Amino acid sequence: MKTDDLIGLLARGAFAVEAGGVRRRYAMALGWGVSGTLLLMLFWLGVRPDMARAVLLPMFWVKLGFLATLLAGALVAALRLSRPGVPMGRVALAVVAPVLAMWLLAAFTLLGAASGERAALLLGMSWSVCPFYIAALSMPAFIAALWAMRGLAPTRPVLAGAASGLLSGAIGALAYSLYCPEMAAPFIGIWYLLGMMIPVVLGGVLGRRLLRW
Amino acid sequence: MSESESRLRELLLRGLAGERQAYHQFLRELSVFLRAYLRGRLARLPGEVEDLVQETLLAIHNQRHTYDVSQPLTAWVHAIARYKMVDMLRRHAVREALHEPLDEESAIFASADHEAGDARRDVLQLLARLPDSQRLPIQYMKLEGRSVVEIATLTKMSESAVKVAVHRGLKKLALLIRDAS
Repeated sequence: MKTDDLIGLLARGAFAVEAGGVRRRYAMALGWGVSGTLLLMLFWLGVRPDMARAVLLPMFWVKLGFLATLLAGALVAALRLSRPGVPMGRVALAVVAPVLAMWLLAAFTLLGAASGERAALLLGMSWSVCPFYIAALSMPAFIAALWAMRGLAPTRPVLAGAASGLLSGAIGALAYSLYCPEMAAPFIGIWYLLGMMIPVVLGGVLGRRLLRW
Repeated sequence: MSESESRLRELLLRGLAGERQAYHQFLRELSVFLRAYLRGRLARLPGEVEDLVQETLLAIHNQRHTYDVSQPLTAWVHAIARYKMVDMLRRHAVREALHEPLDEESAIFASADHEAGDARRDVLQLLARLPDSQRLPIQYMKLEGRSVVEIATLTKMSESAVKVAVHRGLKKLALLIRDAS
């Protein structure tokens, strides 16, 4: 087929394209992903029983803020990676900064603690299950985020998959934080982060295959 | 360069608003730049150029919903053309075929090439491999020039289903093209 014929073929059926398609697609994916993850959390784990007291503690909000900032950074990264030729700008900084802040807080917490308490701050009571729960809870959001990216045009599929993974990991961690009683910064800086890294790695690996176009 | 940018951008925006003439003109003028860009970078693979021009045009058409009005068209087109070129080179496992290791975005509209070479791959043959539900709407609409309403009656599909089938069919076609080369 001649190139001019192909052009004619493509032009003949070109309907009007609505503006804002990328945003609408992400809004839909976030809607389904967040609902799915929250429902899974409610039916599987439930909300922590001492929620009324937890909301009075500053550390509860620090934890939520940390995860919400990561979520926002991952969303911006995913939106930029979903379109060809959009510069990443300082989005990497927006993702790394909350992690560094949490580690700094963790370092101060550990330095200020008596040597006998440090192990408890690092391991809490649930270190062995926390990453697994976060990764499992993030799965509905993970599927939604990859679906959104798959309908768009990422020119860096591995990175785009990893950003989708971080987006869903942060959603999973936010849902989990409504159940999980752990509040120590060292615990969050290690085990929450590890839990979110599972969908990040999975997204990168799957992205190479699924996000090509 | 910036003259081409603003002219092509205007044509594309009118095309996205549903003006077929403008969109046709956009693809025609764009193909000239794409051909020159790819020919310059695939000096060692001249036989691949026209196939890749077609593949890139199809990709640009399929992904036109990802163009953001606030973004320079040059950057968007360059990223797609480059992605398709790197993908092809990777498939062929050709090393060091990139003419210039440092590649500037602005190079995409820098030179024009009106002489279409022969594509080696026939897109029509690949079209035949799509399932009927996607192939027929594309054939009726794009090759026979029938309207969406007519096709909806012919295929007993709803009008929006026809549009979706055409869109999905062309995306599938892009994958078939990729895997065929």
